[in-house]
Amino acid sequence: MSAFKPVLTEHIHQEDCHTLSFYKSVGGYTALEKVLKMIPAEVTQEVKDSNLRGRGGAGFPAGVKWGFIPKDTDKPKYLINNADESEPGTFKDRLLMNKAPHQMLEGMIIAAYAIGCHTSFIYIRGEFYKEFKLLEKAVAEAYKDNILGQSILGSTYNLDVVIHRGAGAYICGEETGLIESLEGKRGWPRIKPPFPAIEGYLQSPTIVNNVETLSCVPHIINRGASWFKSIGPEKGPGPRLFCLSGRVNNPGIFEEAMGISLKDLIFDRAGGIPDGKKLKAVFPGGSSSAILTAEEALDVNMDFDELVEKKTMLGSAGVIVMDETVDMVQACLNIARFYAHESCGQCTPCREGTAWLVKMLTRLVNGGGTPNDIDMIFEITDNIGGLIDFSMGSFGKTICPFGEAVAWPVRSFVEKFKDEFLAYLPREKVVA
Amino acid sequence: MNSNGAPKENFIFENTTKVKNILSQYPDKQSATLPLLHLAQSENGYISGAVINTVSGLVDCHPAVVMDCVSFYTMLYTKPQGRNIIQVCQTLSCSLNGADALVDQVTDKYGIKPGETTEDDRFTLMKVECLGSCGTAPVVQINKEYHERLSRKSFDELLESHQ
Repeated sequence: MSAFKPVLTEHIHQEDCHTLSFYKSVGGYTALEKVLKMIPAEVTQEVKDSNLRGRGGAGFPAGVKWGFIPKDTDKPKYLINNADESEPGTFKDRLLMNKAPHQMLEGMIIAAYAIGCHTSFIYIRGEFYKEFKLLEKAVAEAYKDNILGQSILGSTYNLDVVIHRGAGAYICGEETGLIESLEGKRGWPRIKPPFPAIEGYLQSPTIVNNVETLSCVPHIINRGASWFKSIGPEKGPGPRLFCLSGRVNNPGIFEEAMGISLKDLIFDRAGGIPDGKKLKAVFPGGSSSAILTAEEALDVNMDFDELVEKKTMLGSAGVIVMDETVDMVQACLNIARFYAHESCGQCTPCREGTAWLVKMLTRLVNGGGTPNDIDMIFEITDNIGGLIDFSMGSFGKTICPFGEAVAWPVRSFVEKFKDEFLAYLPREKVVA
Repeated sequence: MNSNGAPKENFIFENTTKVKNILSQYPDKQSATLPLLHLAQSENGYISGAVINTVSGLVDCHPAVVMDCVSFYTMLYTKPQGRNIIQVCQTLSCSLNGADALVDQVTDKYGIKPGETTEDDRFTLMKVECLGSCGTAPVVQINKEYHERLSRKSFDELLESHQ
């Protein structure tokens, strides 16, 4: 295998990389020109053939998703670019918006063309104000240059892009929660089916794709599906932005071929662990993934299927590294608190269960735990997110996968570091 | 008058052009709710009852529907806040890199705990969940800006620079 050369972040070190003139100077919007001469179904087929899988967390094949849009409907179709990046450990979309907004826009326009959409949205998390202003500029540049608006680049295709700011809610990264939020409501996920491709925004066919997913699209069009598929594992190929944070010397974003070993990411790209400390545990794909012990982490590649075999997931590729100095009970409490705060409150098992987890873990940390607590934590996580049996599929106790996103990591902490939890239990009094 | 007899106050948007622009961007009215609330908060400092009345008129929904939406989002404030809102990220990567000490630093320096505002309205302190900048932990957002890789010293200087 030849050495991997960055695709999405190739130009981010150039000073004016966010401008339209720079993007055009490196071949920007040539994929769009090409696409506007193709029929939409061909574009979808090319993306299907590339095996591009969603970069937001679920890893669903993008082209297949586009293919779900009904062909025989009079309803308008919508494309939403999910820029609500808020999975703990993940900070890659922010980089792409800061440094390569036009790459993302070009991907959006191509996707919109493929599904027959004429109004599309960028749903950006409210906290990203700087990125919001930057995107406003990029969109204005695109309108001025006839890349957006009416008769794009002399074709018969029209597209408007609206930038919509969220207002602080993790759950709005879930696609149906996002759609509700865009409609001006609380971000309460919807029961599926119907899936958004059939009934999404304003009950119309809607595709929601992540920033990084869309940013891959112009490259697939320009270099072909087979080129994309040749990068990393064939079933989940392509370049990927891996985010490294936590206890590492050189945290940051590293673009690598899918399938790179987690060991190389931690010890080579991110420079290993500070002060010569030992690796203890790793979140491989954001805080919603089950944690891996050091031993497991040193023996796994960052590939969708391989991580599923290890009973965790690639998720958003947000790698959080914990070293031997980290108290696993405190770390588990930190994550449980995150989910308790962000639970939308719609489903009882999640709303109540996350709060119970926080109460129990807090009690344990403060020395008030009881021997039953460990079993009770398992019971609660199973009630929120089902048993962790990937082969059976464990979804279904809550409306959206948030339930699993709490249950998997919390359960993995207790299962893999049970001794640390037991050590917090108050010692029994010895009667002399 | 409302049904409960209270006078129905309205909020007057300063930037009426922007209001029109926002409303024209969406295929339906209700979708304009969040952007109108953001605009109102930037003009008024918080979402008052009057703001809710006005926005509900603009998006053609009952005020309760708008209030239902407002109450869901952490960035929409229903009470006045300090001039500078300090939001310290407390999620794992920031926590592993010293975020808790930053909260204590504000408490020691200005005598406010998370959720409180200084008496002179200079600062409101908040602990928030993941700001999406874990690679540059610890991170604090003050008003609209992110401040990354903070140390005790740089955070102190940062606080001093906000009046």
